[in-house]
Amino acid sequence: MSAPTSSTRRSAEEIGSTPTGPRPLPPLGPQRAVPAPDEVDTVLASGLRVIAVRRAEVPMVEMRLRVPFADGTGPNGSGGSDHPAVAELLATTILSGTRRRSRVGIDDDLAGVGGEIGFSVDPERLAVSGHALADGLDTLLDVLADLLLDATHPEDELARERERLVERIEMASAQPSVIARRALQERRYGTHPVTREMPRPEEVSAVSADAVRALQAAALLPGGSVLVLVGDLDPAGAVARVESALAGWSSGDADALGPLPGLTAQDLLLVDRPGAVQSQLRLSAPAVGRSDPRYGALQLANLTLGGYFSSRLVENLREDKGYTYHASSSLELDPHGAVLLVETDVASEVTAPALLEVRYELGRLAVVPPSADEVESARRYLVGSLLISMTTQAGYASTLAGLAAYGLSSAWLREHPARIEAVTVEEVAAAAATFYAPTAFTGVVVADAASTADGLRALGGVEIRS
Amino acid sequence: MTSSLTAPNRADSGLQRRVLDNGLRVLLVPDPAAPVVGVAVHVDVGFRSEPEGRTGFAHLFEHLMFQGSESLEKLAHFRHVQSSGGVFNGSTHQDYTNYFEVLPSAALERALFLEADRLRAPRLTQENLRNQVDVVKEEIRLNVLNRPYGGFPWILLPPVLYDTYPNAHNGYGDFTDLEQADLDDAAAFFDAYYAPGNAVLTVVGDIDVDDAATLVEKHFGDIPARPVPSRPSFAEPPPDGERRDAVVDAHAPLPALALGYRLPDPANDLDGYLAHAVLASLLTDGEAARLTQRLVYGDQLVTDVSASAGLMGAPLDARDPDTFTITAVHPATVDTDRVVAAVDDELARLAARGPDAEELRRVTARWASSLHREHDRLMSRMLALGSAELVQGRAELADELPGRLAAVEPAAVAAAAGALRPDARAILTVTPGGGQ
Repeated sequence: MSAPTSSTRRSAEEIGSTPTGPRPLPPLGPQRAVPAPDEVDTVLASGLRVIAVRRAEVPMVEMRLRVPFADGTGPNGSGGSDHPAVAELLATTILSGTRRRSRVGIDDDLAGVGGEIGFSVDPERLAVSGHALADGLDTLLDVLADLLLDATHPEDELARERERLVERIEMASAQPSVIARRALQERRYGTHPVTREMPRPEEVSAVSADAVRALQAAALLPGGSVLVLVGDLDPAGAVARVESALAGWSSGDADALGPLPGLTAQDLLLVDRPGAVQSQLRLSAPAVGRSDPRYGALQLANLTLGGYFSSRLVENLREDKGYTYHASSSLELDPHGAVLLVETDVASEVTAPALLEVRYELGRLAVVPPSADEVESARRYLVGSLLISMTTQAGYASTLAGLAAYGLSSAWLREHPARIEAVTVEEVAAAAATFYAPTAFTGVVVADAASTADGLRALGGVEIRS
Repeated sequence: MTSSLTAPNRADSGLQRRVLDNGLRVLLVPDPAAPVVGVAVHVDVGFRSEPEGRTGFAHLFEHLMFQGSESLEKLAHFRHVQSSGGVFNGSTHQDYTNYFEVLPSAALERALFLEADRLRAPRLTQENLRNQVDVVKEEIRLNVLNRPYGGFPWILLPPVLYDTYPNAHNGYGDFTDLEQADLDDAAAFFDAYYAPGNAVLTVVGDIDVDDAATLVEKHFGDIPARPVPSRPSFAEPPPDGERRDAVVDAHAPLPALALGYRLPDPANDLDGYLAHAVLASLLTDGEAARLTQRLVYGDQLVTDVSASAGLMGAPLDARDPDTFTITAVHPATVDTDRVVAAVDDELARLAARGPDAEELRRVTARWASSLHREHDRLMSRMLALGSAELVQGRAELADELPGRLAAVEPAAVAAAAGALRPDARAILTVTPGGGQ
């Protein structure tokens, strides 16, 4: 590199100081408020809730559809159902043809208006995410209606998609994060349907086209579903266009996910991944969702622990110890409540020391309350990031769909900053003590057992089979 | 349709340039859509410029720039951005490194202060260096060593396609090089490359241009000017044949391959470069794309196929030379050469007959749509403007891209397909290693 000559070159120490010396941090200026955008939020006769919002920054429209899509084949707890595999294939082959359009025809029509549509499923819901240039809204809705009402799931396309899906599942199953997620779900919920986020290859191979068509007819229903449109549109006009385009989608209620089993505090399970150079630590405990009055305090406590970069976990495990690239704590919400998830990936040789530090930080949060400064920092971050997340059409559409799926509306979003401002330091301390006691947690460590078991055994609180 | 492609973009209004006495180039872009602001510093040094024996140093240095500066203790940068309600990051590319934050507009001056302080006087210490070497090693384990297809193709393909160290080496770095990096390396790197005249400052969002200019002068104006390094050419001759190499991936469940070709130099053949970007979409974006149709659905040779103009996945992100890639994952029963032959066949067909106009129109409508969506996000638009100014010399290019892509003619796409020649490319194969 073209470094300066040694006579002009400064040392690291010289670079780090100037004659002026350290300068004061400028204060924050005034903050302009965001006016609420024009919106229509209504329920159609079919039971479909439609929310249309005008946000015209770019000439686009974003679409989100969420259909409750729980395993309806029996009471929760039936682990052997083929629902996950059939649902996964439905989400794949629904784009492979309708009575009016071929697979390529669907894509060509969408591309013509700069559009895309994607389907995904999980144990809770089927989600459709799409967008198009604003003047292509009618085409986008027409394709959506066609898919919902007239998808044919042709035999040959299904056979091909089964193979591709099996390959994709095998590929994903090699990812450490996927292995850890599956192990965590089983540790938390046993054989409950919510654990089945990705079907097994053999389950996929057994699915017939008839089963996919039957599931679409029986479960892809408007009642309890939510459609959100955000973009360069007239809200009332957009709702009318939805009503007209989806007129044929008219009867029945979708299957909502029931309450999940409560989490049982227990040792972490060591899951062996021979030869791994990195270990996944996943810890989880019961929490509460948006409807609980303690939710805001819990959010602030969670940020303090590991909900953003300026948190105790990141400053300890990453910036002090160098054990990890990232450590985090988050709230996983479901229709009935929430759980806490603390996670980090660390080098194999520091697996036990990292777990020790995670437990230390959990205990510290529970008994050494977050300081007023820590709470204030978390509060500003939460209010500011909420503001930033609402500044894009795509972000706003996803946020609204997520809230609406749990029975909330944009009013919750507008009112939440005021709720966060009102939370006291004492309330945060109380939430920390209630939810973060280390003894409340369960979880898994996915690691090379040969090199990590001794340390984990010495530390204790880890179940080591074999 | 056409109205959406040609509608006046909000960028057309109000972009202004300033240059401070110390040489810092400043872009001021008002965008009152939401009460948020973004501040980005793009420095004209990327991993292609790092010294031999110090692979990964540009990226390691990016980490060090977050570790404190004269007015800011370690961790203070993160805390001040986040406790102002903002988000931040940095990233290291072939030819540049960026540092940025997006915050509620109340924090504009604070963000300028934070960026100015580290551009003036970063706190480079032994302790932080050792700590960040450990953090970077974990980042590499997470993104490369402990996952299937880690570094595929951006780390694995360049050494097959290129001969010279700047173009061929691993920008994430070898662990031995990272461990040997010392404080003198960091001081020399900063003095050489982080001169104010070697950087572009971009301020976007809910700003008054004159007020913002005053604040920029207040915080950045007294950073002393330093010599701006002369930028070396990284040019090297195109490959004179088909080059092949193979690697084993212990985590990969299926074989994969990557084809690498040289792209036209965007500095003197922008239209040719953009034709390659359109070609990439035509080949693999969407169900109806040429290679998706042929390889996934027709011959059923591959599970996934993807083409990209630009090694890092985005067009115009680097100066010459840059890479056009085609990657595919395929079952073990399918021979590599069958996939390659089918790709060559489709390219030859496009070169001979070109795409039809309607097919091309659909591809460019999708481009317009994806650029609108990207630019709806202040952070993305800010980074696109900053890198276009630094790398391509014109920030406006970021906003003009939908129109320029829509203007690409079928003949230009045919020429681009014809330029992807079997006798001037690299082929990298990845074989599953049977591990986990």
